[in-house]
Amino acid sequence: MATNGTEFESVRTVSVVRHYKLGRSLIPAVDGVSLAAGRGEFIALLGASGSGKSTLLNLIAGLDRPDSGAIVVEGSDLATMTSEQLAQYRRHTVGMVFQSFNLVPTMTLYENVELPMRFAEVKRKERRARAVEALERVGLSDRMSHRPSEMSGGEQQRAALARALVNRPKLLLADEPTGNLDSKTGTEIMDLIRELNRTLDMTVIMVTHERPLAERYAHRLVFLGDGKLVGESVNELEKIGATR
Amino acid sequence: MRAYDLIELAGRNLREAGLRNSLTTLGIGVGVASLVAMLSLGIGLQKLATRQLGRSGLFDTVVVTSRQDSRGPRFAQAAPVTGQAKPLDDAARHSFEQMPNVAEVYPNFSAVGDVRLESNKTGSHFTVVGTLPQSARNSESFDDVQGSFFSANDAQEVIILGDFGRELLELPREPRGTDVKLTQDQADQLLGKYVVLRYHKREAGESAPLSGKTTRKKGESDPDDIDNGDGAPAEDSQSFNLVPRQLKLKIVGIVSSEPNRGLRQGRTPVFLPLALAEQLDMVQAGELWSTLRPAESKTYIALIVRVAKSKAVSQVEEDIKKQGFSTFSIVDASKGITRFFKILDMFLAIFGSMALAVASLGIVNTLVMAIMERRREIGIMKALGASDGDVKRIFFFEAGTMGLLGGGVGAGLGWMIGRAINLGANLYLQRQEFHPENFWFVPWWLVAFALVFSVLVSLFAGLYPASRAAKLDPVQALRHD
Repeated sequence: MATNGTEFESVRTVSVVRHYKLGRSLIPAVDGVSLAAGRGEFIALLGASGSGKSTLLNLIAGLDRPDSGAIVVEGSDLATMTSEQLAQYRRHTVGMVFQSFNLVPTMTLYENVELPMRFAEVKRKERRARAVEALERVGLSDRMSHRPSEMSGGEQQRAALARALVNRPKLLLADEPTGNLDSKTGTEIMDLIRELNRTLDMTVIMVTHERPLAERYAHRLVFLGDGKLVGESVNELEKIGATR
Repeated sequence: MRAYDLIELAGRNLREAGLRNSLTTLGIGVGVASLVAMLSLGIGLQKLATRQLGRSGLFDTVVVTSRQDSRGPRFAQAAPVTGQAKPLDDAARHSFEQMPNVAEVYPNFSAVGDVRLESNKTGSHFTVVGTLPQSARNSESFDDVQGSFFSANDAQEVIILGDFGRELLELPREPRGTDVKLTQDQADQLLGKYVVLRYHKREAGESAPLSGKTTRKKGESDPDDIDNGDGAPAEDSQSFNLVPRQLKLKIVGIVSSEPNRGLRQGRTPVFLPLALAEQLDMVQAGELWSTLRPAESKTYIALIVRVAKSKAVSQVEEDIKKQGFSTFSIVDASKGITRFFKILDMFLAIFGSMALAVASLGIVNTLVMAIMERRREIGIMKALGASDGDVKRIFFFEAGTMGLLGGGVGAGLGWMIGRAINLGANLYLQRQEFHPENFWFVPWWLVAFALVFSVLVSLFAGLYPASRAAKLDPVQALRHD
């Protein structure tokens, strides 16, 4: 499908619709959302619970498929991909972090970070170096052989971030990454995400319901309500600069 | 995903739920074990039966008689004579020996004689005397021989039946036809001792004190038939004289049943080595018939052709018939027995497979449980880029591994069960004074088959859980708990 986006565009959704069946009636979770994110942009998706922001994130992540509309990421339309192509897309193009961290509890930190590289068929020799590099970046290189249960929430989320960036994705999707953390560690995680956004030029789309957090870190705030785009506000660059 | 990653991930999953997976694997093992035990028993019994049949000499022998000779045993209606009937002489014997698949050819020898213990001057026992070729040492009768087989094919030795041993020892006779095993004590009184065999040698001659009488029943003989010299002298130049002879023979072996009984008729309690008997030129029971017709050379009443493989019997028989002889063999019985065992094996396999079927349900159960438990993990893997195929392969590999390990355990366990049954049954047999038998056999192909079958069944059982895991919706799986 034609994308009139420039080479600076990372994500574009075009009238994306996704509804769920609830008994006999169809509930529109995402109802015709069109949104574009430039390369290196940090977007916060805001809205009350049930507004469809997580559903939209899952659609962009390629974990779910839209009922209609198009989702174009880095020039390819997810709606037309086979499930194998979608898996490949998740492997190489996106990294995800979740509210509940979603580390595999039976694996050590190192093994958790190595896992995406197994699916991406990264050579064994290379894996070690890349995992260590990612763990160093989030400040956990000395805890590689620990299991998630032995670590604090903040550490777990940092490990999840390391796992998300180990395959060097262009797009980072974060679903309420600070939702399970206290405000201090939440701020640490947000600082880390912003650093990745800046130094690695990763596009970030983050779902949150904490408006102050979004205002502090995101370039642009997108508001969803009942599955529809209800508002947008662009942070002034000075403001972002002020939080540095 | 690369193969070693698949193996590692599946391996860690198996270890993670170690107890449950071990129990499931053990279940498969028990299933495979029952299959292996059942089939090895079936195979063992079949081997035992064919071995016994093979040693009985019933199914690998062809009895050859001449079409022009009416002396020999009549087992079947004589086939219509086509072409020229040939004499059953040394040339014919030699030609049979040259045929493919023929193990040995020997005459069906049956003479009569008078036997007594050397130490016992008075009591003598009239009896039928047979011969044994060297191959008879493998006959089942020699499984529990007291003493041994002949030391050489022309040794001056004799092997007797147990009940004839009782006769020699002047003990009361058992009912005719029952197998008698002598006590060690009785055997010791006979083994190594000498018997004197009195017989009649066939000698060509113009006239003789003893000449053949013309009427005689085949095979069966009784003392009255031998006339001690009051018959008229034969005028025929081809007639022969019967010269009484006697010979000292050492008792080397005592058997309870007739060795190489095969298609022999009547009861033969005394056996000489084949070559010795041929040298002695004893007059054979049926041979008196030959006085009626001029004989160009020595002919045999019947030749026994032993075939190397019972499968080749009909071919050999056909070839001999083409040479112009009458033949008789029993082939069909072994075919029927093979069919019986095929059916038995099938039933045993079905019963054995039932346990495996139950065990395969265990695999389904274990893996479905694992999906429930690892629901979130599957969601995570998918979010990190695992394809449906990757997830499916991990579960498939787990099922296959359990199948392979279970198959290995099962083959070993089945082998042990079979061994135990064999051992137990043999203890029982020994207590009943039968000699032990190996009626249980695990061929290598059964082990291979068990492993392959176990893996296949396990993979089949893994089909449903694997595809269910692959289809798991990651959004659902990752939903907050």
